[in-house]
Amino acid sequence: MGDFERKVERFIEIFINQNGYVKVLEGLKNTLLIAILGLVIGILIGTIIATVRVVPKYKVLPRILNGFCSFYVGLFRGTPMVVQLLVCYYVMLPLMGVHMTGVQVAILVFGLNSGAYISEIMRSGIMSVDSGQMEAGRAVGLSFGTTMVKIVIPQAVKNILPTLGNEFITLIKETSVVSFVGAADLYVAFSYIGSNSYEFMVPYLVMALIYIVLVMIISLGIKIMERSLRKSDRRN
Amino acid sequence: MIDVINLEKHYGNNQVLKGISVTINKGDIVVVVGPSGSGKSTFLRCLNCMEDPTGGQIIFNGVDIADVKVDINIHRRHMGMVFQHFNLFNNKTVIENIMLAPVYVQCQDMRKAKRKNALLKVTNLFRKEKKAISPVTQTKAEIVKEARENALSLLRRIGLEDKADVYPSTLSGGQKQRVAIVRSLAMNPDVILFDEPTSALDPEMVGEVLDLMKDLAREGMTMIIVTHEMGFAKEVANKVLFIDEGRILESAPPKEFFENPQNPRLKDFLSKVLV
Repeated sequence: MGDFERKVERFIEIFINQNGYVKVLEGLKNTLLIAILGLVIGILIGTIIATVRVVPKYKVLPRILNGFCSFYVGLFRGTPMVVQLLVCYYVMLPLMGVHMTGVQVAILVFGLNSGAYISEIMRSGIMSVDSGQMEAGRAVGLSFGTTMVKIVIPQAVKNILPTLGNEFITLIKETSVVSFVGAADLYVAFSYIGSNSYEFMVPYLVMALIYIVLVMIISLGIKIMERSLRKSDRRN
Repeated sequence: MIDVINLEKHYGNNQVLKGISVTINKGDIVVVVGPSGSGKSTFLRCLNCMEDPTGGQIIFNGVDIADVKVDINIHRRHMGMVFQHFNLFNNKTVIENIMLAPVYVQCQDMRKAKRKNALLKVTNLFRKEKKAISPVTQTKAEIVKEARENALSLLRRIGLEDKADVYPSTLSGGQKQRVAIVRSLAMNPDVILFDEPTSALDPEMVGEVLDLMKDLAREGMTMIIVTHEMGFAKEVANKVLFIDEGRILESAPPKEFFENPQNPRLKDFLSKVLV
């Protein structure tokens, strides 16, 4: 046990006295930034794709858009996130001549990637809403888009909120791969502490703990949101 | 007001409507009856292009709305529809259900007028004869207030004023259907289409919905009703249509329709439903 205590002391020493906590806070900031902005971009892209995919396909334009969206979803679900990060950072950006930091690239790729997954979640949500809701909206003279935005999507979101929370949790945990493109997230911060103390056990344990706490906070937040959105279902 | 000319509808190879022609005048109460699967609901849903007709014309207020180039949304605003399963917006309260479309449409019109005025101002700079600008006087707050008052008076009419701020999930079937009817009334439609409005209701709630529909009929609202309520058809309709296998087989005033049916199919149908 004495060995473990020594390790903890060593960790605390680096964490507090050698500015380890600054690294950890910055890593935490980046992790949350990438996951939250990625989720926001993902929800936007996912909603648009899902809407395109449920539009009736009599005409040419919806068909073309639908084909494009299927391709997009297939592309981003068919390759690992790390590959997407690397390709984006080392291939696409130099080709286009754009300079972006690792965090920005990570936000972009996480957004694009989760957009592909969320589009499928959102599509199942939209299809779970009774088709009568769309008919009623159209019958009072609202357009397809307006009915979608005002009536169908709010109800769809309510249905898929638990799954969407799942996606957010996945994103938080997947941020641990962004070190591939030089973004400093939680993993990078604790690796730094570990390699400075030649001692990885305690830092990685603390890192796991922080991830668990993050995920628990998010789950709680989703539960609260769900409860407030459910108020139109209550029968009293 | 509505001229249906040779309306056809098929799903793939299955032809549901085989050329339906009928004229509906202002103030008409037309009841459509027929066995299930006869195409009567499809006929009704084609009237406001909920199902796109595959052939024929529907002339509504002088415009052929079966034409795909027509902006159907504008015409649907003058054509209310009431569904079998009510289809109230679940994520909106009762009063929001009623206000949603009127507020949205009026705000859209207001924005359009504003945009037009802005454009006129610019083009007037280059015109010798200035075109008059018609100023937009209503603000959004006023539109909402007016729609709210209108919605409240509609709710008062059906005696559900106290339910204005609850969600539809808390209402009974009859209450839902009555709210759905006043929701379509809020747009001041020229005609209301009823798609089996009482079929999903408990028997004890059918009466309240039929009473509201009778009220509307007395006020001179044009109505097209698909229903199985033969008593209601006898009492209120001034024209009854019998549809079977995608064709109108008989069209007559209710007295003649029920007492002296001509078509053998109709005779058979009536002998089954009028016990």
